[in-house]
Amino acid sequence: MNPTVSPFLPVLLLFLIALGVGAAILVLSGRILPGLLKPANPQKAKLTPYECGAPPRQEGARHRYNVKFYLVAMLFILFDVEAAFLIPWAVQYKAHLWTFWAMLSFVATLVVGYVYAWGKGALDWER
Amino acid sequence: MAGISLDDSVMPTRLDAVVNWARRNSLWPLPFGTACCAIEFMSMMASRYDFSRFGAEALRFSPRQSDLLLVLGTVTNKQAPVLRQIYAQMAEPKWVVAVGVCASTGGMYRTYATLQGIDRVVPVDVYVPGCPPRPEGMIFGVMELQKQITRESLSARKEHIEQFYQSLARQEELQQARGLSQYQVVREMVLEAGAQGGQRIW
Repeated sequence: MNPTVSPFLPVLLLFLIALGVGAAILVLSGRILPGLLKPANPQKAKLTPYECGAPPRQEGARHRYNVKFYLVAMLFILFDVEAAFLIPWAVQYKAHLWTFWAMLSFVATLVVGYVYAWGKGALDWER
Repeated sequence: MAGISLDDSVMPTRLDAVVNWARRNSLWPLPFGTACCAIEFMSMMASRYDFSRFGAEALRFSPRQSDLLLVLGTVTNKQAPVLRQIYAQMAEPKWVVAVGVCASTGGMYRTYATLQGIDRVVPVDVYVPGCPPRPEGMIFGVMELQKQITRESLSARKEHIEQFYQSLARQEELQQARGLSQYQVVREMVLEAGAQGGQRIW
């Protein structure tokens, strides 16, 4: 072996090879070479966000929607609970005057809410 | 080493031939399946008929990643602009195979609702007859397309696709001008081409 060559020469070579490989990857797989070779023909249709063929209704997916679904859902839960209370009561009803008036007052309370919701136009779908 | 000449190791060829060789053996199909041909297409892709053998291994369901549009089935007038949009979104260069009689000519659906052949709205390269065609038939169709790709010139293919983009721009113009819906405007263009004795709008 030539004594004038440093034993660290392989390390230098390895470093240079690593540098070369890194540079080659950057050039070949990065934007440089493909950017020169790839065909690019951007068209309006290609730049639209959807691929199902239908035209998009608005730009992007972030948009506001009407809260009337929420309102109807809340009213449904309210009167659903009312029915859930009423049915077991009606099944077990034994003509006690007290339970009759108690349930009637409960329904009357909800009727007030119903009238209020109606008056506010909450049941009006086309608004 | 003596006696070896340059001719033994170097083969001059045209750029078209090399590029087309690469193109025809790496087709990326996109199925536009609307009817029973799509069912046949499933067996064409599956192991028994194995369409992958012809270089079309990677089946994609996004137009952005594919270059071979296989129209499998009946296309109605309302679907026509959808087909046009999907064809426009595909990567270039792109080819279209009309599979089955419905896609090719409207087939037995000779009605006001059905597009009488998709070649009225998108450029078609190969038509495969059959109702539905057997997987062998579809494979034969794509092999014919591969032969066609071998022969075609690169610039001609480019112009061919460019022509379609121009018709799409015209479609948009008409839509803006007349305030029609997307499918109405394509229908108008088809009828207009028919009135002038033509068949296609691209």
